[in-house]
Amino acid sequence: MSMTAAGVVFVLSLIAVLAVAYRYFGDYMYRVVVGRRHSVVERGIYKVLRVNPEGEQSWKAYAGSLLAFSAVSLLFLYALLRLQHVLWPNPDFPGVTNHIAWNTAVSFVTNTNWQAYSGESTMTHLSQMAGLSVQNFVSAGVGIAVAVAFVRGFARRKTNDLGNFWVDLTRITLRILLPVAVVGTIILIVGGVVQNFSGGHDVTTLTGGTQTLTGGPVASQEVIKELGTNGGGFMNANSAHPFENPTSWTNWVELVLILLIPVAMPRVFGRMVGQNRQGYAILAVMGILAVVSIALTNGFEIHGGGTVPQAIGAALEGKEMRFGVSNSATFGSITTLTSTGAVNSFHDSYTALGGMMPMFNMMLGEVAPGGVGAGLYGMLVLAVITVFVAGLMVGRTPEYLGKKIGAREIKFASLYFLITPLVVLTGVAAAMATSNHTTMLNVGPHGFSEVLYAFTSAANNNGSAFAGITVNTGWWDTALGFAMLLGRFLPIIMVLGLAGSLASQQPVPESQGTLPTHKPLFVAMLAGVTVVLVALTFLPALALGPLAEGL
Amino acid sequence: MTATTTPGRIGGGLLDPKQLWKSLPDALLKLNPRTLWRNPVMFIVEIGAVFTTVLAIGDPSLFAWLITIWLWLTVLSANLAEAVAEGRGKAQAATLRAAKRDTMALRLAEWTPGQDRTRYREESVAASELRQGDVVYVEAGQTIPGDGDVVEGIASVDESAITGESAPVIRESGGDRSAVTGGTKVLSDRIVVKITQKPGESFIDRMIALVEGASRQKTPNEIALNILLAALTIIFLFAVVTLQPMAIFAKAFQGAAPDTAALNADGISGIVLVSLLVCLIPTTIGALLSAIGIAGMDRLVQRNVLAMSGRAVEAAGDVNTLLLDKTGTITLGNRQASEFLPVEGVTPETLADAAQLSSLADETPEGRSIVVLAKQDYELRARAEGVMPNATFVPFSAETRMSGVDLTDRRIRKGAAAAVMKWVRENGGHPTEEVGDTVDAIAGSGGTPLVVAEHVEGQPARALGVVHLKDVVKAGMRERFDEMRRMGIRTVMITGDNPRTAKAIADEAGVDDFLAEAKPEDKMALIKKEQEGGRLVAMTGDGTNDAPALAQADVGVAMNTGTSAAKEAGNMVDLDSDPTKLIEIVEIGKQLLITRGALTTFSIANDIAKYFAIIPAMFAGIYPSLDALNIMRLSSPESAILSAVVFNALIIVALIPLALRGVRYRPSSASKLLTRNLWIYGLGGIVVPFVGIKIIDLIIQGIF
Repeated sequence: MSMTAAGVVFVLSLIAVLAVAYRYFGDYMYRVVVGRRHSVVERGIYKVLRVNPEGEQSWKAYAGSLLAFSAVSLLFLYALLRLQHVLWPNPDFPGVTNHIAWNTAVSFVTNTNWQAYSGESTMTHLSQMAGLSVQNFVSAGVGIAVAVAFVRGFARRKTNDLGNFWVDLTRITLRILLPVAVVGTIILIVGGVVQNFSGGHDVTTLTGGTQTLTGGPVASQEVIKELGTNGGGFMNANSAHPFENPTSWTNWVELVLILLIPVAMPRVFGRMVGQNRQGYAILAVMGILAVVSIALTNGFEIHGGGTVPQAIGAALEGKEMRFGVSNSATFGSITTLTSTGAVNSFHDSYTALGGMMPMFNMMLGEVAPGGVGAGLYGMLVLAVITVFVAGLMVGRTPEYLGKKIGAREIKFASLYFLITPLVVLTGVAAAMATSNHTTMLNVGPHGFSEVLYAFTSAANNNGSAFAGITVNTGWWDTALGFAMLLGRFLPIIMVLGLAGSLASQQPVPESQGTLPTHKPLFVAMLAGVTVVLVALTFLPALALGPLAEGL
Repeated sequence: MTATTTPGRIGGGLLDPKQLWKSLPDALLKLNPRTLWRNPVMFIVEIGAVFTTVLAIGDPSLFAWLITIWLWLTVLSANLAEAVAEGRGKAQAATLRAAKRDTMALRLAEWTPGQDRTRYREESVAASELRQGDVVYVEAGQTIPGDGDVVEGIASVDESAITGESAPVIRESGGDRSAVTGGTKVLSDRIVVKITQKPGESFIDRMIALVEGASRQKTPNEIALNILLAALTIIFLFAVVTLQPMAIFAKAFQGAAPDTAALNADGISGIVLVSLLVCLIPTTIGALLSAIGIAGMDRLVQRNVLAMSGRAVEAAGDVNTLLLDKTGTITLGNRQASEFLPVEGVTPETLADAAQLSSLADETPEGRSIVVLAKQDYELRARAEGVMPNATFVPFSAETRMSGVDLTDRRIRKGAAAAVMKWVRENGGHPTEEVGDTVDAIAGSGGTPLVVAEHVEGQPARALGVVHLKDVVKAGMRERFDEMRRMGIRTVMITGDNPRTAKAIADEAGVDDFLAEAKPEDKMALIKKEQEGGRLVAMTGDGTNDAPALAQADVGVAMNTGTSAAKEAGNMVDLDSDPTKLIEIVEIGKQLLITRGALTTFSIANDIAKYFAIIPAMFAGIYPSLDALNIMRLSSPESAILSAVVFNALIIVALIPLALRGVRYRPSSASKLLTRNLWIYGLGGIVVPFVGIKIIDLIIQGIF
């Protein structure tokens, strides 16, 4: 099979599996989030937390609980990392340094999973399991909870209630993330992913040198790393490491895990607002953007420019031969289209334009299909803005699913899409204006791309690394930490505020004069608005990086 | 404009180029930052223009000065758009002010209804001193000193000062035609008027403020759009400002590349940065936004509708349910004779002749319509009253419920079936069942039966037949309602008729629903019910008992002929008192929003081409590969940047007529509207600047 054909089969088989998952897994998630019953375990948790599971929260209370929970998580994780050498030192690593602990704690609590450290030589098994893995679950749960609360804003009428954060988080973690993670772990172990508590073995390599092979509970963490669109690998080499991702088919399984929840979320949306077609429309927008992006990245990598790639037929540098060019490019696209940030190849070594694509995917705000929950709410906010402009063009006060998009709604939506680009641009400008950019590996446009990629990844809570640049200095850890923190929680507050103001409205009944938001025209316009808004914001910066290099 | 105007052609006056010139002084005054800051987008452009002026003075060059001049012209274009829009209102305000000359009023102290005039204490006061509740006396030739209701008398009034309609109107006490407006003139007779306005808040005062735009407040959608534009402006501001350190880094890396006017070792020149910013922020819509709003109100004024707030105009575009009174709106004012149905043994001509005779002196519209029909169908000429010297006409009375004529040996009566039958029996006749059947059939079809009977001296009286009176639905109403349906608006007919009649007319007119035997409180309940379902309701009304419903409706259009209470309660007044105008109001409301949305789309789509002009102009010097982005093949970096700035300013001026006129609106479904507007303003917004910038570049390329 040719490289292109193999790539197409790989993508098509993914689409087929996800189509099934959309319907059935989406319906399952819908039942979980709207259900009324509580399991014994859940009741126990609510009792410990002193939460009344029937009590609903206003948007402010919901946001308050979420922020409090995240703040506590952040402090706990920071303390755990700093003290890991005294708690249960296996393997026996020292406590994590101040700024790396801050960066890592923020990174995992914000579902970014940017890694300024090398996992297998920094973190003890306890830190990995009780710290990072736990956040892999709950930070993903937080994202899904926000999306669910936001959709309630559309689905409900004349109420301040958006649901209960504690109930949402508990159910999503216990009934959605955990069961899939268990099944996924078993599959990955079958596929050859490591799962043990080994402190590491020294082996003699072919050339006669010694190498320490770190074992550990890799498979269990690998699953949630993908399922929760986290991306923080057990190993530094992340999904390129044979212990994390041994074969081409585990690569395929990992992509299914990454896309499972984000792709099924629009179904939850459609079911909750009582119109499945609205879910299909949102899925279509995500699908169009994703397929185009994946195709372009593959195109750039397989037929890309550059002397060496042209000589050997494709851009092979920095890619694992067991995956090949196409699967690597697809993996790179999907992990940045979602907020996974896992890598199975070295993005810094991509062709200039091929390397721009992951960056562009993240700049889109990771909405195609995006991180768990975050992708859906990001896309819905863009839909709100599109509806506003389109709604005016049909001569009515714009409305989405019967809810009017007025000054208050536009304020929240505008602030949402404003924050992340501002954080990215300010961060990059700060790095370039100071001497902090000198840690870049390359010079000129490619070096600049490394800086741009780092802030784009952090502020969009992706965690994917272009690599090349050295970012474990105090400045980078701190700055990227803030980028992640602002890029995660400010938008969440805006989304919940928007949800609150939508929920309080009485919906307008649909008529011939209502802009239909499930038809191809709207789908195309939403995709267009998404791309144009991003292109307009980032084109000057991209011109000085990948475009200068690749055109 | 009247109801018969072809729907969907909402146009405004065309822009007279002279208007641009005349508005120039106002546009210059608007450069004052204290007024300009209200428009954040243009305020930023002005700050940029000041900044480049300082830079151009410090380091003069042809390029710097040209950019500076065009940046100032950009701000000026925006101000010009607003000034032109306001200018149209000012002319109207001047005419209104002329009507507001200070008049003297004859105030009647201690007036009570029906009192003899000699018993009043009269005093002469200036109109401006009149308070609410004062009673004044106005007679032929005098100007009415303030808004109020006629409490005594009847007069013909010339209201041309406010309506522009030269035919005088009748104003009388009681009923729904009692309101008079200050500044109008009594032509005949005399009336006593109770003043209802507060000093300085007369209808004319409000009209002047409205057409001048003095009290203009931003409407909800305008506020929301402004927020979105501000957010876009902030993003572009950051994109431009943060570009500087990136550019310095790039320039340092390519140190060998020669300096250009755009970029040297200190980074991008201030002039170019400002140019980039101005080209990116949504100046087109930012410049035209307030002009669009003013022009929208103005379009209403041109149709003789006064909206008390822009909010009401916007709400009109959102209306889901339209409540329309049957009489006068859907049907012509009154029932008309449509058919003569004689009983067996009577020829239609005989019936028509008798009906016509009995109606000759009947001045009611029904009576007149019988005469007209008799002439049309049977060529019976109307006979003057004098032709029949012995004829005595019996006028209609509520007691007898009949009218007719008494000739020397023959008496004719027409009227309600029961009343006429009784008359026939009283005069020895025995009406057949045939009459009853005909009457029932007519009533069943929603019409009104009018029985005609005669009593010839010496013979028993007999019924001749039945005249079928029916409501005549105005021409073109069905098409209008079909259009409304396509726009997603439900029409509900309100009538006092019984359900059977109401249904027949509703079916004929093509309304979606009807409310029969409606009392004012039923109307109110219907509005509330619709609103509870999230729907916006529009209605028209004129009577005092309409006032609560007018106040409750989201769009309440009061007829100018109506009572003051109705005019107070509604949020619009139609000076022509044409209830069908509600349909046009809805269209204007929609057109206002569409114009804003279309120009916003156009404005944002424009940015794509500007990037293709400016990015290569800035950076192709250091990274030659970026010249690939110069797809317009602009001749030099300077001319590329200047062309983008010039295009940006000219497009504002070019779009002023569109902003004032509003984009073309045809009633159709939301999908069709969106498709059409996306093609024109979305795709057009992408393509037009590529062409425009290239043309400007071709013209100016010799300069650099």
